[in-house]
Amino acid sequence: MKNHVWRPLIVTAGIVILILLARTVIVPKDFGIGERGYMYGWHRKGNEQDWKNFKVKYQGREYCKDCHSDKLESINKTPHKIIQCENCHGPAGTPDGIMHYDPDKLPKLTIDKSRGLCLRCHYPLPYPTSGRAKIRGIDPAAHNPEVEECVSCHNPHNPMEGLR
Amino acid sequence: MINRRTFLKNAALGIAGVALPLTAFRIIDPRKLMADEAKSGEKVRWVFLVDTYKCVGCGLCVKACKTENEIPYDSSVTRTWVERYVITKDGKFHADTPKGARDGFTTTKIDINEGRFEDIKNSDIEKAYFVPKLCNQCENPPCVQVCPVGATYQTSDGIVLVDRTWCIGCGYCIMGCPYGVRFFHPIYHTAEKCNFCYHRISKGMKTACVQACPFGARKIGNIKDPDDPVTKIIMTERVGVLKEEYGTKPQVFYIGLDKEVR
Repeated sequence: MKNHVWRPLIVTAGIVILILLARTVIVPKDFGIGERGYMYGWHRKGNEQDWKNFKVKYQGREYCKDCHSDKLESINKTPHKIIQCENCHGPAGTPDGIMHYDPDKLPKLTIDKSRGLCLRCHYPLPYPTSGRAKIRGIDPAAHNPEVEECVSCHNPHNPMEGLR
Repeated sequence: MINRRTFLKNAALGIAGVALPLTAFRIIDPRKLMADEAKSGEKVRWVFLVDTYKCVGCGLCVKACKTENEIPYDSSVTRTWVERYVITKDGKFHADTPKGARDGFTTTKIDINEGRFEDIKNSDIEKAYFVPKLCNQCENPPCVQVCPVGATYQTSDGIVLVDRTWCIGCGYCIMGCPYGVRFFHPIYHTAEKCNFCYHRISKGMKTACVQACPFGARKIGNIKDPDDPVTKIIMTERVGVLKEEYGTKPQVFYIGLDKEVR
């Protein structure tokens, strides 16, 4: 064959070899077919661990009970016992991994005292086949609209005890 | 010119050919998933159970999810959300999910977008309920099939994850998901989705939304463990899944699904 056929062929082959070489450098070593096969499992294995290392923020009420047992005892006697502490008080862990119970740091939690938080459940929506219809509610426009926080009258840890 | 014999032969073949792929869309069978354990040796397959009767639409799950998974709180995107369905006596159907129900539902007005609201009289309501939505962690995830770079994949325990370092942001998976659970992360600009709080469930914890739900409307379980309370409910009670006809084999099971829910 003539030179004008070989030359572009050699150039093309060179490019292919370059791409294959670059591929061995760029593609991570742990990239491959996972347990789910080529169609669903083609991935970088190390990413599974990356996701497992993601920081946990919400710890659950078990985390709070050692220091704040009085509050837990009080709320456990009321219908509010189903609500997690962190739903209102905010998560005990931060994205940086600092925990609320870290004696040196002890970051302060930001408590949500807004009326909106209580209205999530206590705005009356008469929806049949939804538990919402069974929760007692108030009309925020008529029920002391000038008061900013429900907690100035009601004790969230013991809502049945009467007004403060 | 086609004669009768060839026509009948081709017609029969054609019908057989059309009917054959329908087996691929067979109704999801959780028992088969359980049985698969023997084959793969894998001991865990995460599934989710939502009881729509219990949901009151407080949206504490959405709040917890956004904080736990570092989805910017004021952005309009969220990994999980709660939908409200209101069907009035005139047969009309209304649905909304303002901010994904991050702040719950604190009005009877239905959000019909662009800042407009539709007021529905309580006496007009025939039925109304809330439906929490999240990633279905499908057994045949279409979002994974369409990824051109292998950035999204399914783990051996059934969770579909996104590799943020590998995602090129083409958005195919966002288009491919029939449930609309995928979106672009406002900070990383890569595809983002619910992963059943993989960092929590792999440590033996519940997902943030399950923990935050005061009413037990959300539950997570392992379908390969016959003693798991969630498995028992899925096996013995009446549960439904979303968009079964797509053949994705979704693994979020619902109690009390209605025909209006899509």
